[in-house]
Amino acid sequence: MSGSEKAVATDEQPVLEVRDLYVNFAGRVGLIAGLLGQEATMARAVDGVNLVLHRGEVLALAGESGCGKTTLARTVMGLQEPERGQILHEGNPLRKKDLHSYRRRVQMVFQDPTAALNPRQTIYEIVAEGLRIHHVAGNEEELVASALSRAGLRPPQRFFLLYPHELSGGQRQRVVIAGALALDPEVIVADEPVSSLDASVRGEILKLLMELRDTLQISILVVTHDLGLAWTVADRVAVMYLGRIVEIGPAEDVLTKPLHPYTQALLDVVPEAGGIERPILAGEPPDPTRIPPGCRFHPRCPVVASGVAAQVKIEERCRGEDLGLAELRRGHFAACHHAAIQGSQP
Amino acid sequence: MSLLSVKDLTVVYKTQGGGVPAVRGVDLDVRKGEVLGLAGESGCGKSTIGGAILRLLPKGTEIAGQVLLDNEDVLEMRPGRLRAVRWAGASIVFQGAMHALNPVQRVGDQIAEAIVIHQQAGQKEALVRVGALLEQVGLPTRRMNDYAHELSGGQKQRVMIAMALACDPSLVIADEPTTALDVMVQAQVLRLLKELQRDLGLAMLFITHDLSVLVEVSDRLAIMYAGKIVEDGLAQQVFYEPQHPYTRALSAAFPAIGDVRFRRAPSGLGGDPPDPQQIPPGCSFHPRCPVAFDDCSRVEPWLFPAGEGRRAACLLVEGALQRAKGDGP
Amino acid sequence: MAGLVIMTAFVLLAVFAPLLIDERELNVSYTTTNSYPAFEEPSVDNPLGTDKFGRPVLSLVIYGSRISLLVGFSATIVTMLIGTVVGIAAGFFGGRIDTLLNAFTNWFLVLPWIALAIVMAAILGPTLVNIILVIGITSWAGTARLVRAQALTVKERPYVERARALGAGTWHLVTRHILPNVFPVIFANTVLTVALSILSETTLALLGLGDPNSVSWGTIINEAFEEGALTAGFWWWLIPPGVMIVLVTLAFTMCGYALDEILNPRLRER
Repeated sequence: MSGSEKAVATDEQPVLEVRDLYVNFAGRVGLIAGLLGQEATMARAVDGVNLVLHRGEVLALAGESGCGKTTLARTVMGLQEPERGQILHEGNPLRKKDLHSYRRRVQMVFQDPTAALNPRQTIYEIVAEGLRIHHVAGNEEELVASALSRAGLRPPQRFFLLYPHELSGGQRQRVVIAGALALDPEVIVADEPVSSLDASVRGEILKLLMELRDTLQISILVVTHDLGLAWTVADRVAVMYLGRIVEIGPAEDVLTKPLHPYTQALLDVVPEAGGIERPILAGEPPDPTRIPPGCRFHPRCPVVASGVAAQVKIEERCRGEDLGLAELRRGHFAACHHAAIQGSQP
Repeated sequence: MSLLSVKDLTVVYKTQGGGVPAVRGVDLDVRKGEVLGLAGESGCGKSTIGGAILRLLPKGTEIAGQVLLDNEDVLEMRPGRLRAVRWAGASIVFQGAMHALNPVQRVGDQIAEAIVIHQQAGQKEALVRVGALLEQVGLPTRRMNDYAHELSGGQKQRVMIAMALACDPSLVIADEPTTALDVMVQAQVLRLLKELQRDLGLAMLFITHDLSVLVEVSDRLAIMYAGKIVEDGLAQQVFYEPQHPYTRALSAAFPAIGDVRFRRAPSGLGGDPPDPQQIPPGCSFHPRCPVAFDDCSRVEPWLFPAGEGRRAACLLVEGALQRAKGDGP
Repeated sequence: MAGLVIMTAFVLLAVFAPLLIDERELNVSYTTTNSYPAFEEPSVDNPLGTDKFGRPVLSLVIYGSRISLLVGFSATIVTMLIGTVVGIAAGFFGGRIDTLLNAFTNWFLVLPWIALAIVMAAILGPTLVNIILVIGITSWAGTARLVRAQALTVKERPYVERARALGAGTWHLVTRHILPNVFPVIFANTVLTVALSILSETTLALLGLGDPNSVSWGTIINEAFEEGALTAGFWWWLIPPGVMIVLVTLAFTMCGYALDEILNPRLRER
């Protein structure tokens, strides 16, 4: 797959790779039902994902809630154990015993900065925590100050003895980022990094993330439901639906010339002046315990619903034949029967 | 003819640390059949306005000014009249509405409750009307026998909308009605609101922080900052041709996908919305404003005319500086 | 602050009790031999009156503070230690460990403590150490449940996940994140437990299971009841020990609030 617009050699080893990943969550079974032999419902949160993250790339993982993007991010971080599949870091499969050293290289930024900070720790302690856990050599105070500074909190000393509740939302998120930066990671996994922040403050945090990529070559995996955010910062965009990636490619292509009807539907509902007259998918975000047969999107797919699929004689395939990503244009992949037969027409 | 006319509304919350001025002199007008969008970020006072209109604020809160609903001042109403007006004159779709449903009561009964309280019907007739309301919001009638936990987020929100319409109000105040919903469900609910508003000729005050949503549903738009309105006008104009630097920053946070200007160019404001107890002198926005100049910290701008049917509270608006300083018209 | 003052006063009282009173006056044989007036109402000589054997109630109450506080504190320590460890282990590790510990906890919870206390006292003998053990063993379950619930909540908080993402191991997570945030609950519970332990000791003493050789507020009340102090109207014998118990409990509660304020940064500023 080709990488971002930045000079990233395509044969350079990707910094992270996800291979054939499956993550399941078992539902709960009542005592009686369990005794009667009823099995727990299985939610297939991640249902076969292959993904590559290149050095210095910003990859956006987009989709509605329940599509598995957060689970995928957490599995990449080692916070969740997969059922099957591997996470490869610089080509090496991640094993339990590697987790500790892995954590120095791959860090996370969380959705709610207020909840992600221990209210009883000072900012200094929060940022120093990672350094202490990994016994990082060097002057701790300098390292903390440097991390806070790089995250835009200047002068850093001013923040040392403050507590999280004394900072604003934007500042708290910067503290979370500083905590991650202190370890000099190669990869940052950002789970909805700005969605709980005020709109006018979001840009600053996004700017910070881009700076980190530009100056330090940190790769960033951004999980978001906001396609506008993806348009702003991402090099590539991967769209997830019911545990699978249904489309992936350069941001410009995926967001302006989408191949998969689901991506198109998501783009259609991004609020803009144009009225809400555009087609909106019916129904709720899908249930990962009941994945439809065939193409998992087919029950909500406008191409099926409008009869177009029947017209071009692929409706049975949509209903019955499951499929994976196919490279339909250079560097642009989609998992759609209809898009596949459309060839490389835009 | 304005259905809702708010004049010089001031709201000060009482707290242990002193008075907190959440709203500092706001004028609003919503005409019959019109949707006014009220946008702003946390702490700007927009939700307070929603509560103030029906006097749903905590006891002890100081409210000054006038809230004219159909020419009657809500702030002056006696308790009996106020109760009658609440829900039948104007109703609210609350923020976090999903949690506003009683978990141990069937949703149909909850909607019926509103009807029965306003003595518009007995329980049996009320439930018939509930059925009709549910259909109007796109839910099958049998859903009225469900409990809250049996409904999805989007369905609960529809129930809340049905509840808001139960007593045939002329004004609906929607306070962040789609915030916690998924994008697809949000679009469905927004479309529903817009359709209902059109079909029933409702006046609507749509309060949210999501400016892009407002551009879709509102006729006119007002932007709030630090307890005051800093810009208002036709929705499209305010969003695409903002006159106030804050509006500009806010709308930049909602990029147009496909527009190359937004590509890899995030823009935001440094700093934070001011603490209501420590509002900067002069223009409350000046510490964060990218184009502030000397006078901005000394002179407090008010809403100056900035075009046809538009106003903006910024000294950079043409003719504003002279007016503020006292010379000129 | 006030709580701390009262607490210190009590502790000092207990520690220096021997200096404050004439110990001989606690000895029954001493008082009867020296013809101390029995059942005397409060007077200048004996501000709190005397008991059946002529022992000044004031001295009794002051001396009683030692045992009552000792048992109260010690039993609480036992309770808190067991309860916290079990609670945090169950809440943090979850899974089978949780199921096991939970069953264990529930078993102890439903045990009628008086029955257990009586049995244990009968088997082990009514010494002070045994009383402390009995109270500790019968009380820890309540604490464990509370701590487990709180640990479960804290475990799910994003900042704990963040620590895990940073690479923290179990010990680090428990000591630096779970414990400090469970601590307010533990402390509130401790306050209550001290009060309950003192009351438990009193109850045991009332039932005659207390150490017959020691003087505690419980034993004072026990003896008073046995002599029919209530019906006979010997209020000075009954009320003072009761008042002491109330005061100590109050003091602990106040200390508890103060401590939480000190430890919780968010409350500090108000």
